Amino acid sequence: MGGLEKKKYERGAATNYITRNRARKKLQLSLPDFRRLCILKGIYPHEPKHKKKVNKGSTAPRTFYLLKDIKFLLHEPIVNKFREYKVFVRKLRKAYGKSEWGTVERLKDNKPTYKLDHIVKERYPTFIDALRDLDDALSMCFLFSTFPRTGKCHVQTIQLCRRLAVEFQNYVIASRSLRKVFLSIKGIYYQAEVLGQPITWITPYAFAHDHPTDVDYRVMATFTEFYTTLLGFVNFRLYQSLNLVYPPKIDSQAEDELKPAEGKEYAMDSESYLEKLSGLSASLARAVAPTHEDEVEMDEFPVEGETAELMDAKKKEQEALEKHKKLFEGLRFFLNREVPREPLAFVIRCFGGQVSWDKSLCIGATYEATDPSITHHIIDRPHLDKQVVGRYYLQPQWVFDSVNAKLCLPVADYFPGVLLPPHLSPFVTEKEGDYVPPEKLKLLALQRGENPGAGYEESEEEEEEEEEEEEEGDNDKEEEEDESEKEEEMKLQKMEEQKTQSTQSNKVTAGKVRVEDKQRLEQEQQSEEKRLAIMMMKKREKYLYKKIMFGKKRKIREANKLAEKRKAHDAALKEQKKKKKKARQA
Amino acid sequence: MEQPSLSSDTQELSESEESVYSGLEDSGSDSESSGSAEEEEEEEEDEDEEEDEEESSGSPSAPQTQARGFPGQRRSLQDDSPLDEYEQDSSDEEDIRNTVGNIPMEWYQDFPHVGYDLDGRRIYKPLRSRDELDLFLEKMENPEYWRTVQDRQTGADVRLSEEQLELVQRLQRGQFGDVNFDPYEPSVDFFSHEVRIHPVTNRPADKRSFIPSLVEKEKVSKLVHAIKMGWIQPRKPKENVPTFYDLWAQEDPNSILGRHKMHVPAPKIPLPGHEESYNPPPEFLLSPEEKLAWEQQDPSERRLGFIPQKFRSLRAVPAYSRFIHERFERCLDLYLCPRQRKMRVNVDPEDLIPKLPRPRDLQPFPTTQALIYRGHSSLVRTLSVSPSGQWFASGSDDGSVRLWEVSSGRCLRSLTLGAVVRSVAWNPNPSICLLAVALEEQVLLVNPGLGDRLLVAATDQLLDSWEAPEEERVQPVRWIPASPEERAKGIRLLVQHDKPVTQVTWHAKGDYWASVVRNPGGRQVLIHQSSRRWSQDPFRKSPGMIQCVQFHPLRPYFLVASQRSVRIYNLLRQELTKKLQSNCQWISSMAVHPGGDNVICGSYDSKLAWFDLDLSTRPYRLLRHHRRALRSVAFHRRYPLFASGSDDGTVIVCHGMVYSDLLQNPLLVPLKVLKGHAPALDLGVLDVAFHPHQPWLFSSGADGTVRLYT
Repeated sequence: MGGLEKKKYERGAATNYITRNRARKKLQLSLPDFRRLCILKGIYPHEPKHKKKVNKGSTAPRTFYLLKDIKFLLHEPIVNKFREYKVFVRKLRKAYGKSEWGTVERLKDNKPTYKLDHIVKERYPTFIDALRDLDDALSMCFLFSTFPRTGKCHVQTIQLCRRLAVEFQNYVIASRSLRKVFLSIKGIYYQAEVLGQPITWITPYAFAHDHPTDVDYRVMATFTEFYTTLLGFVNFRLYQSLNLVYPPKIDSQAEDELKPAEGKEYAMDSESYLEKLSGLSASLARAVAPTHEDEVEMDEFPVEGETAELMDAKKKEQEALEKHKKLFEGLRFFLNREVPREPLAFVIRCFGGQVSWDKSLCIGATYEATDPSITHHIIDRPHLDKQVVGRYYLQPQWVFDSVNAKLCLPVADYFPGVLLPPHLSPFVTEKEGDYVPPEKLKLLALQRGENPGAGYEESEEEEEEEEEEEEEGDNDKEEEEDESEKEEEMKLQKMEEQKTQSTQSNKVTAGKVRVEDKQRLEQEQQSEEKRLAIMMMKKREKYLYKKIMFGKKRKIREANKLAEKRKAHDAALKEQKKKKKKARQA
Repeated sequence: MEQPSLSSDTQELSESEESVYSGLEDSGSDSESSGSAEEEEEEEEDEDEEEDEEESSGSPSAPQTQARGFPGQRRSLQDDSPLDEYEQDSSDEEDIRNTVGNIPMEWYQDFPHVGYDLDGRRIYKPLRSRDELDLFLEKMENPEYWRTVQDRQTGADVRLSEEQLELVQRLQRGQFGDVNFDPYEPSVDFFSHEVRIHPVTNRPADKRSFIPSLVEKEKVSKLVHAIKMGWIQPRKPKENVPTFYDLWAQEDPNSILGRHKMHVPAPKIPLPGHEESYNPPPEFLLSPEEKLAWEQQDPSERRLGFIPQKFRSLRAVPAYSRFIHERFERCLDLYLCPRQRKMRVNVDPEDLIPKLPRPRDLQPFPTTQALIYRGHSSLVRTLSVSPSGQWFASGSDDGSVRLWEVSSGRCLRSLTLGAVVRSVAWNPNPSICLLAVALEEQVLLVNPGLGDRLLVAATDQLLDSWEAPEEERVQPVRWIPASPEERAKGIRLLVQHDKPVTQVTWHAKGDYWASVVRNPGGRQVLIHQSSRRWSQDPFRKSPGMIQCVQFHPLRPYFLVASQRSVRIYNLLRQELTKKLQSNCQWISSMAVHPGGDNVICGSYDSKLAWFDLDLSTRPYRLLRHHRRALRSVAFHRRYPLFASGSDDGTVIVCHGMVYSDLLQNPLLVPLKVLKGHAPALDLGVLDVAFHPHQPWLFSSGADGTVRLYT
């Protein structure tokens, strides 16, 4: 056979990938520049399917980029800007060294800048794409907007982040698109639905950061640079979609209200503008005057069968959503000083409530604490000395829980000083077999329109009464309960065994044949058959099977553990209650 | 008198300036460095004298007053009038009769002279022969004494004049030395902001201030040229473009770039669960043990990145210290983490289980433990069933061979041999009643004396019919006829090897048998013919450590299992026909299918390899049923069954159907896991054997029992 000898690694997967160092050399960029370029352009390493082949036989750990991606970077105009900037820095340093101040001035005036517009367009060809990727951008902007104005990063960046974050919040308020809120120990999670896309972001609690030393702020700043551009364009588009003016302007009517009556100027108009906006209490100006006509009614087409059901369900959902959006409509809230103002104001305004706060707290307070029309007063201290009749004094968790439950929860559990019910994550949807906390069950029942909480408590009370009447009977009852529980437990365990095919020894003992055990025998036989069949599995399949079964078992185990813990906790609580009661009686 | 005073003042000023600018050290600085007050007085005195002189020569100082304030031009002026300069140099004015210079005069204390004059002659100190008394007398008598001072340099007494005295007094009072100097003169601000009609200096302007500069012209013309050529752009006004606009005004969903095919969108951050809440349900909080375990775990292994906490109210929630970290890690993940599209296996685990025929349909096979044969006091290493299936023999570490009746479980005979019995093998020929027992370095051929008396007698006769050949052949072993007392026990022949024997096995015909000797590197396998009492070593060189050997049931083949492979030799043609690679680490046992085309090998790494000799030299199937080392394997002679006994105390019976159709692969189905043997000394089941006719299985274990499963 003639022909040239085929060389290894000159075709196939090896030619599709390029290592980072080679990519860097090809682009003639320094590592920091390359990193920035990758961040801005959204280029990331790919994990090849056959790493060894791509790595030319070596198994050394390397990161690989797609060659296509790198070629794509070659034509990026920003690369040239990077080089220009490098030259600029060199020239500037030289001018400084020679004390040529005129040159310095001129150079600084012509500092090369770049724009990221085209990159945003390129990375997100459609607006929906951009919305899909907005989570990280929002989280980052909200984080940066809380940074101090010193060190770490440019003040302009921080200000821009703050502005964009406030703009986005205002949009969410205006469009009423907030869906879920969650107070976690890390920060506050929000989920909004914009154009059908769920957007989740997290904001830290309002405290000073202790800046860690092992974090590279340059990387974060580069990301923020891109994210601010993205968020700016997204904000513009979103405002446009609502016919709002961008950059946002406070409604003139609202502005008049906001103006301090006594003529005490808070600050210059230009300075206080962002603050007024971030007060989140004023509505925004619209480009086109809103016409107070109802929303466009969906045309109804005659439909049949399943589609009709589907449509019905859809309609119901739509109604529920509308109701959810108007959750706090007509309620007037007042935030006490110790309550985190921004998140609460944001959430309340998102659901149509009116909100105000102490005038000393922030600009934008619309009414005072003494206003008689206030319906809900949010406080976060054990008790308040002067209480006004005619309003609920509630802890802030009520607002968040109500939003997540999509209905105004009974207020009794949230009075000041009361031990709060657990705050559940709205992002968890339990599947079958998962552990569901009892509070969630109660909530689901509430949403269905039942009132299990009251019933539950009543029964408890009754039980207690019974206790008082006759302890023995109570004990019996408890025992019965226990027994029934035990039975259930046994059943559960059996089920588990079936599920997990525990390899317990089942000795075959000769002797009497029990009639009632036939079923069990059958089961045993089946399980043994299964076990034997598992023995015949191929190695790879067996591995996979074991892995899956391990995962399933672990899930069950964890759910059981949680349930057990809860039970123990409840038992302990009950015991305590009893003791207290006895002490009271004695 | 104003004029001269002014001039003298300016003179002084100019002088000091000059000293600074010209860099010359003049007397002023000299005098400062010299020590005592008296001398200073003297110097001042000198200067006074100078001043006097200068006062007299007022005119030459005029140009200097002009030049004041223009130190740069001053030198040229001075060059014009060199005489003046020397006139004013105060160092020349000094009284330099003594040439020692400016030195501490104490150095001349012990000498008669105080220095040298211009001609180099010594200047002697004036004679001072006066003692204290004389001094005192002079002080009292001389009216001029108070105004007399000693000149250090010459040692002479000097009488101060009236003017000098006055000067000293003025200085002592802190007044200016010059009487005529008025310190309270109104100051004249020459260089004020006010424009005067007269210039401060009377210097005429330079010519170059009237004509245009050539250098500047050149520069300007260069700039003009650069601007004309477009090299210098005029400063652009900052364009006021709105930073944000409708970027997606014309969005084109079809304009997906080529790279987007390979694009793997970054996964979103998982949403928080209940445990992350600031006020989670109580069951999500960690107990102290769990918390400890969490802390001891490596951060990368933790399932939760944080410890769930409960706060009584929102007010009590602190900042999360790792917030920035987590955002940063997300950033790193976004741009550094290699992405790969992975297909998530979404299989029902039930589908993975192979569909096998149900064991119930493959009956008969042993399912229950029927009998336990107790009697051995130590582990039962070996077991052999008689071809009739009525008896079986077991050999144990307690040094005995027991013969049992299968159906009743009775021990019929017990031969105490006094050493560990390694292997027993019942002669497969039903017409011969003979048992081979491997006992250390001997193999005993025992006639158990069970069954038909004729058969027993025939066997004895067969063994005794041997006649010694004429010429003695050299044999690797010695055949020793049994002594009378041994004969009474049933032993007929002793075959003495030179090394311990580990296994004996019979050929199907019952005449030949083979023994395996533990003799690494040397002669390991021997084939014996009992009727001719003749032994031979079939191999020229040993094929590694031999574990066990087996005669092929139908063909003249001999199977030898070494550590990793099984070699099949053709005994007729005396050559290696096949070498089976077992894919195991260490073969422990081997059995041949009665059909002759399949071999199974048990190994110490708990694998069982099924070989199809027609298919390949690699195993058709590797079965990993046992959890521990396999000790023995066995085929049933009639039923499609095989069994394996392992150290984990179980015997697994499998269905091993071999089809006569060559295209159909053997069907292997595990049927039953038989338990019963209690593990002892880390050993479980040591030997398994099937009943020749019935679907029964015998197993011997380390617990000293033999069990029958039916």
